[in-house]
Amino acid sequence: MIPAPLRYVRASSLDEALEALAEPDARALAGGQSLVSILKLRVVRPSVVVDIGRLDLRGVESGDGELRIGALTTWAELASAPELAGPALAAVAECAASIGDLQVRNRGTIGGSLAHVDPASDMPAVMLALGARVVLRSAAAQRELEVGDFFVGPFTTTLGEHELVTEVVLPVPAPGSGSAYRSVEHPASGFALAGAAALVGPDGARAVGVTGIASVPRRLPDGVDPESALEGIDVYGDRFAPAEYRRELARVVVERALASAASRAQGERE
Amino acid sequence: MPELALRVNGEQRSLEVEDRTLLVHALRDGLGLTGTHVGCDTSQCGACTVLLDGRAVKSCTLLALQAEAAEVTTIEGLATDGELHPVQRAFVEHHGLQCGYCTPGMILTAIDVLARDPRPDDATVRHALRGNLCRCTGYQPIVEAIRAAGGTPP
Repeated sequence: MIPAPLRYVRASSLDEALEALAEPDARALAGGQSLVSILKLRVVRPSVVVDIGRLDLRGVESGDGELRIGALTTWAELASAPELAGPALAAVAECAASIGDLQVRNRGTIGGSLAHVDPASDMPAVMLALGARVVLRSAAAQRELEVGDFFVGPFTTTLGEHELVTEVVLPVPAPGSGSAYRSVEHPASGFALAGAAALVGPDGARAVGVTGIASVPRRLPDGVDPESALEGIDVYGDRFAPAEYRRELARVVVERALASAASRAQGERE
Repeated sequence: MPELALRVNGEQRSLEVEDRTLLVHALRDGLGLTGTHVGCDTSQCGACTVLLDGRAVKSCTLLALQAEAAEVTTIEGLATDGELHPVQRAFVEHHGLQCGYCTPGMILTAIDVLARDPRPDDATVRHALRGNLCRCTGYQPIVEAIRAAGGTPP
């Protein structure tokens, strides 16, 4: 399989990338682990592919009660980032280490994945549970959005045509918090049939993000029992997992993620 | 057509590619390095795995131009002066292959794994091989070969 004819532009600066993306039907190429696959299937046929892979948007920085993750930080880098080693943010590294396979984790980026928002991708659930924000840059402006407002539907975000995700901002949870990600994967594709991320605070407050079960990853309403919150979700079914089975899997992974996050919050060894 | 310049197996190479050319085709058809195999062509099987700046990647899921100025290592670049690479030798000694189709990808993935963790345990190796499919061996001798190459006798 070979992509349809396209024009390739390698951006050497953010301004250059934003300028190239101003063309109609331009697509940004980060690690390419989603985009190149769908280019080959000719699901998308952009006129120009703007390679942003060499921009200086990598790495994890901490400060002011936040972690700022460059959009081009790969799964492999996140899985081994010392800033994510503690129990409070364990879900991020744990999720990153379970995505795709070794080769995909060497190339795939957090910014690319969040902008692609496959309804069954793993990391959006973690970002929702942790209350992450995305930083979006255009030539004229920069804005910051809660990820819950960024994801709008399957493969659809509020990213403007001439905008790029440049950073992901994670509020550092209060000391004594724990987080976890659990999923049941489709054995061949590796995508989540149901995935859940949980954050448990030192006071027992819980936040849960789910993926793989509905048209878009979402956060369960805070303060509502997760099991009843799941009842309110329009779970989809397909030939791999009918809706009722997926709903059951969702209950299971939510419970597992909450239990693991709670035991991490209490400093228990797993 | 654009010119792609990169280092392949330690040698500076350049070739013309289309903007849409995949790295695997540039290596096979452009440079004649047919040891890199096309298996599934959908980023599942790992037969096309090469090292890009030392890290295992699926060359069917990269545009060739993304590798501009990079260092690419293919299976052809592993043996030196007629001596097999230790991972290649371990695959021979532990019968880590039958038909051999997946083998170049397996070996390059193994080199990435061992570079990060020279003495990986069984679970680490199996997790690392998630993106490399083998339809002959049942994986057991592959895992043994990789652990042996890392200095952990199975």
